[in-house]
Amino acid sequence: MITRTMLAALGLLLLAGCSSSPDTASGAATGGADAGAGVPGAGGVSSSALGGPGGSVTPGSQQDLEVNVGDRVFFAFDSAVLDDAARQTLERQATWLQQFPSVSATIEGHADERGTREYNLALGDRRATAAKNYLVALGVAADRLRTISYGKERPADPGHDETAWALNRRAVTVVNVTN
Amino acid sequence: MSGPTHTRRRLLAATAGLAGATLLAGRARAALQLDITRGFVEPMPIAVSPMAGDGPAARERGEAIATLVAADLDGSGLFRTIDRRAYIQGPEELRGIPRFADWRQINAQALVTGVVRGSDPLSVEFRLWDVFGGGQMTGLRLDAPAASWRRIAHKIADAVYERLTGERGYFDTRIAYISETGSATRRIKRVAVMDQDGAGHAFLTDGSQLVLTPRLSPDVERIAYMVFRPPSPRVVLRELASGREIVLGEFPGMSFAPRFSPDGRTLLVSLARDGNTDLFAFDLASRRLRKLTDGAAIDTSPSFAPDGGRIAFNSDRGGSPQLYVMAADGSGVRRISFGSGRYGEPEWSPRGDLIAFSKIERGFFHIGVMKPDGSDERLLTRAYQDESPTWAPNGRVVLFSRQDRAGGRTRLFSIDVTGYNQREIPTPLDASDPNWSALLP
Repeated sequence: MITRTMLAALGLLLLAGCSSSPDTASGAATGGADAGAGVPGAGGVSSSALGGPGGSVTPGSQQDLEVNVGDRVFFAFDSAVLDDAARQTLERQATWLQQFPSVSATIEGHADERGTREYNLALGDRRATAAKNYLVALGVAADRLRTISYGKERPADPGHDETAWALNRRAVTVVNVTN
Repeated sequence: MSGPTHTRRRLLAATAGLAGATLLAGRARAALQLDITRGFVEPMPIAVSPMAGDGPAARERGEAIATLVAADLDGSGLFRTIDRRAYIQGPEELRGIPRFADWRQINAQALVTGVVRGSDPLSVEFRLWDVFGGGQMTGLRLDAPAASWRRIAHKIADAVYERLTGERGYFDTRIAYISETGSATRRIKRVAVMDQDGAGHAFLTDGSQLVLTPRLSPDVERIAYMVFRPPSPRVVLRELASGREIVLGEFPGMSFAPRFSPDGRTLLVSLARDGNTDLFAFDLASRRLRKLTDGAAIDTSPSFAPDGGRIAFNSDRGGSPQLYVMAADGSGVRRISFGSGRYGEPEWSPRGDLIAFSKIERGFFHIGVMKPDGSDERLLTRAYQDESPTWAPNGRVVLFSRQDRAGGRTRLFSIDVTGYNQREIPTPLDASDPNWSALLP
């Protein structure tokens, strides 16, 4: 039993270690937002920003939001309360959204796997709304923000431990792509 | 987007009590009866003879029908069919009254015999015999298109089950569920339906949109499910035969968790708006939406009592997800779950006597049952994730989805309400969100 648990834990660590890709929840349902995709560089090479200012990040883009602002906030188990870190991220998001007034966004609420499917859909909605309401309170026009809940359907981290769950209890601000 | 392959044509069941043979009125004797209401039941040894047939094709069909009847009965865990190779009397000899001595010799308590006539449509006569009592217990003639031969077998198994247990069977039924494939972070989900034994499998959606929680209407002619379709995730309703979508109109906010009322006229939905989820009753004829719950709590996962008078549901109004019961109009809300842990997904048994639920406690998911007043809670299962209980129409078997270990496959299992006879229901891919239909009309 111990061996099994340890093996499982090791597996999860390995999984967690190689799953740091940004969240790209279901383009079909969010109207085709291509969040997190790398910006194509010369010669068809796709580059992903490694953080830091400047680089190839397009101002006002999803990548800009991810890299320079922080696109997501995290929640405690079965909670939609915004903690200090979440509020700080949202305050930066609000400033950023004021900076790019043409940008509209969808806030995706998510839950970890330790709840029933339907309860988690409701919980994800609660989380997305908490994030939205805070942004609106900070002056972002409500009609620039919509919410959607994925419940536990689109984990950011496929792992099954507290580290993964903590990453999955989230609200992600996704810039709407308009053509 | 293919429609279900299942034929919706009714089986023409000539009423029980074939005028055949001498009818030694099995009922008058010490009743051959299984009591399935308590714990472990020693399976009843039963013989299911290949059926006699007018011609080779009919005999082949008769053998296939008998095989399927035996599989249904064995799968219930209540019967143990005796190997055909032990049978002394052959199918053609069994057109008349069986030589009971031959069947007593192999200790068959009951014997199923039959005759197949015609090729398409098929006409099948079957009889159930009490071997030790020496008489016919029931008989039935079933007429159906050849394509429905499996349904004939399931109806025979249902008749045998009912006669020997005193409870309705559940073999002539279908299961709707969500077929899953792909990585955890980009799971592809499709609505699928299949017969109770896995045959007649069909996908109803193509996987391009995330779909969840299918529910079959009580007449098994429509299916409701949730789809992530812009602009907002919503409940949709489709006709099974035509595949046609019945437009429900725009709900304010995300709609999910569809549940039919027992009369099929109302669809309960959960609407999430501005961070608050409440229960609503949508009248399918008038298209009127009536709010049933209020307040800042999450109210979802409803389930009608079989008489339509009450609704069980899941709510966190007490601080954590628990089970509640209210009148169908939303009045008289009462909490019924008081054990430790977090409860969800109440499913009222079609018998009305129990509510199944899932429960998360100390890192494990369980499927359990309790009485509608919350008493006599019993946990039937435990695994990494056991979810989405749904009842066989006779209220004796619970079907659910299971991920037995973290990251493992998600599959369907059934278990008797007694806690015995757990079995996997095989599906082509991973499976979740099962919904067991009523007996087919």
